[in-house]
Amino acid sequence: MITGYVEDIASFLEFQTSKETLRFITCGSVDDGKSTLIGRLLFESKNIFDDQLSSIETDSRQYGTQGESIDLALLVDGLQAEREQGITIDVAYRFFSTEKRRYIVADTPGHEQYTRNMATGASTADLAVILIDARKGVLTQTRRHSRIAAMMGIRQLVLAINKMDLVGFDEQVFTEIERDYRRFTEGFAFHAVQAIPLSGLEGDNVLFRSPRTPWYSGPTLMDYLECVDLSSERSCSAFRMPLQWINRPNLDFRGYCGRIAEGEIRTGDAVRVLPSGVKTRVKSIIRGFDEVPHAFRNESVTLTLMDEVDASRGDVMAAANDPPESSDQFEARLLWMAEHAMTPGRQYLMKHACREVTVTVTEIKYREDVNTGAHLAAKTLGLNEIGSVNLSSSAPLVFEPYRVNRILGGFVLIDKLTYETVGAGMINFALRRAKNIHWQALEINKTARAAMKHQKPRCIWFTGLSGSGKSTIANLLEKRLHTEGMHTYMLDGNNVRHGLNRDLGFTEADRVENIRRVAEVASLMVDAGLIVLVSFISPFKSERDMARNLFAEGEFVEIFIDTPLAECERRDVKGLYAKARRGELKNFTGIDGPYEAPQSPDIYVPGTSASAEASVELILRSLK
Amino acid sequence: MKTQALKQALDLYDFDAVFGGARRDEEKSRAKERIFSFRSTGHRWDPKAQRPELWSLYNTRIHPGETIRVFPLSNWTELDIWQYIRDENIPIVPLYLSAERPVVSRGGQWIMVDDERFPFEPGERPSMKRVRFRTLGCWPLSAAIESDADTLEEVIAETLHARCSERQGRLIDSDVPGSMEKKKQEGYF
Repeated sequence: MITGYVEDIASFLEFQTSKETLRFITCGSVDDGKSTLIGRLLFESKNIFDDQLSSIETDSRQYGTQGESIDLALLVDGLQAEREQGITIDVAYRFFSTEKRRYIVADTPGHEQYTRNMATGASTADLAVILIDARKGVLTQTRRHSRIAAMMGIRQLVLAINKMDLVGFDEQVFTEIERDYRRFTEGFAFHAVQAIPLSGLEGDNVLFRSPRTPWYSGPTLMDYLECVDLSSERSCSAFRMPLQWINRPNLDFRGYCGRIAEGEIRTGDAVRVLPSGVKTRVKSIIRGFDEVPHAFRNESVTLTLMDEVDASRGDVMAAANDPPESSDQFEARLLWMAEHAMTPGRQYLMKHACREVTVTVTEIKYREDVNTGAHLAAKTLGLNEIGSVNLSSSAPLVFEPYRVNRILGGFVLIDKLTYETVGAGMINFALRRAKNIHWQALEINKTARAAMKHQKPRCIWFTGLSGSGKSTIANLLEKRLHTEGMHTYMLDGNNVRHGLNRDLGFTEADRVENIRRVAEVASLMVDAGLIVLVSFISPFKSERDMARNLFAEGEFVEIFIDTPLAECERRDVKGLYAKARRGELKNFTGIDGPYEAPQSPDIYVPGTSASAEASVELILRSLK
Repeated sequence: MKTQALKQALDLYDFDAVFGGARRDEEKSRAKERIFSFRSTGHRWDPKAQRPELWSLYNTRIHPGETIRVFPLSNWTELDIWQYIRDENIPIVPLYLSAERPVVSRGGQWIMVDDERFPFEPGERPSMKRVRFRTLGCWPLSAAIESDADTLEEVIAETLHARCSERQGRLIDSDVPGSMEKKKQEGYF
């Protein structure tokens, strides 16, 4: 029996290879019957194996939602959690074929919570089957999924008005839903929308024309899938190939490897490597182990070039006379997929073609109302929200608008700390005036840095006699600020005198220079957005005023730790007073050097009456 | 079992990623797999919280202790595999081709008697049958099918007309409901 087939195997396989593949998704709201419809499609087209069928017969008794009948949704709802709850959580991919086409269908979840999984399925699909429960009509989730499908570049749409059996196959119900939906999708870039009345549960108009919808003269779902024109999906643009790897096994060979994203390439063709723009010609094309004269879209190849050009992973090889643009400022549409809202100013990793760069969203232009498409003002973009944003990347990206090139136009954003994939974006265009407005668009200044740290940068300047308790209190204060998530830095005699100021002694001139340098460093650190604690005796009013003048109003906080000389001398932690009294230390503040006590410090801390902890509390209260 | 050995090897060599040949058309929980499938510390798969995977952009970032299983053949079908083997003339294990082999019948499946280590159950006696394996897994938990297909072309012809799924002979897939999913969560490929 087998031998009869064997002779045909070669021609059969030849035929298989020539078949077109249609990738489609089913989407729509919860309980619209997506999984059941796919189950029905597979069942009636005899694409279910006997053992799978007998296994879902068993499973239907345990998990089924269809009473005595088998629950075809169980064919695709393969996770235990899905079966227990009777819902779809993640995309399931199923494969089937007919005489005409091969199909990859992604059954996507309807719950809003799992929108990112729907987007995952939609990103690689040519066609979407949007289901609608005939009893419920167009719902918010129907609109959200339609919007995402359109945004992902799906141009062919089937509007499957399902559960017609539950509305008595009423033509008017069908017509009204179709009209509502068409009104909603006006202005969407769908090429075709085919509405079909069907029942996934009972099989009407799935494979076979239903006698219960005599008023409907259009195709069944399967007829439509078999015949839908895919040619418009296959563009014929110029050659583009993002470089995955430069293969250099020895000095005599340098191969540029990648998968052709668009167009085709022949030996001798002129190409450019972008973003550098260097031009050369293709010497040879290697596909697998063989040299070939030309290669096409979606093939993975290695190119060798006439000249040794400098290129690395992430660069793009393109037709020399029609290269794509490169820019570091874009407008893009963004679908946010994380619990943590997207905030402008925060940095994310962007994965774009074969390149990974750091990007910042400089501005949210608007958020889209999922129902009406209205542009709403937004400060952040929350889970499952869609918005239009401006982005700035750390390096120029070679790109094309998503609508003409999915590979050079699509990107994902990755959180820098958790590494979660948090956003999916589609580039619309480069911000043309980028070069002129660059610094306005992304002005990184004290305010921006401070905003990232969620704090007000300040210089907290402790003055007081040696042994007054300045450093103890300043250290304690820094610990408190740190535990509250503040970014701080402590400048004291130890870490400055040993490095930056080690050329300075203790003469009056050197002491003034010492303070000047410390004040300048503190000022730079405040500009970097930090809270800087400076603990120096700083005996002269003029130096302290000089320091104050380096800062903006309210940034410089002078704290006077007022401990009487007698008490400081009694403590004499470092034995310095004793030395000074013996005349071994010259110009010692309080003994033979003056201390000009501040007349009106920003914060006054009596150094004897309170503990260091209480003093810190006092300072924290005053700072707020 | 394969799962334990795999986990030990991953821990020992501290690999970031391992490649596997699993396909979505094989089994219902594999139908839910990402191409770059993330595993948390301890090699666990959380099918309810998979990373979104858009276009062909794969997020390969992981923290220490986390790993990735990569399934480049996710969208291939059983037929695609055989066709590729034929096109590229790839050698195959002879067990995929039909031959006279000693088997016993258990629970409606043909289990092959490989060698003297095979544990017979009371009353079992091997008989000779023309069998082959459609899928090769753990011993002795992979069943053979009765078949005369002893050439690659005949195997393809048989695959085309099969009424049962490829993994029908994998006993571990059906011991309890959601069997494969549980094993995958524990680190199975």
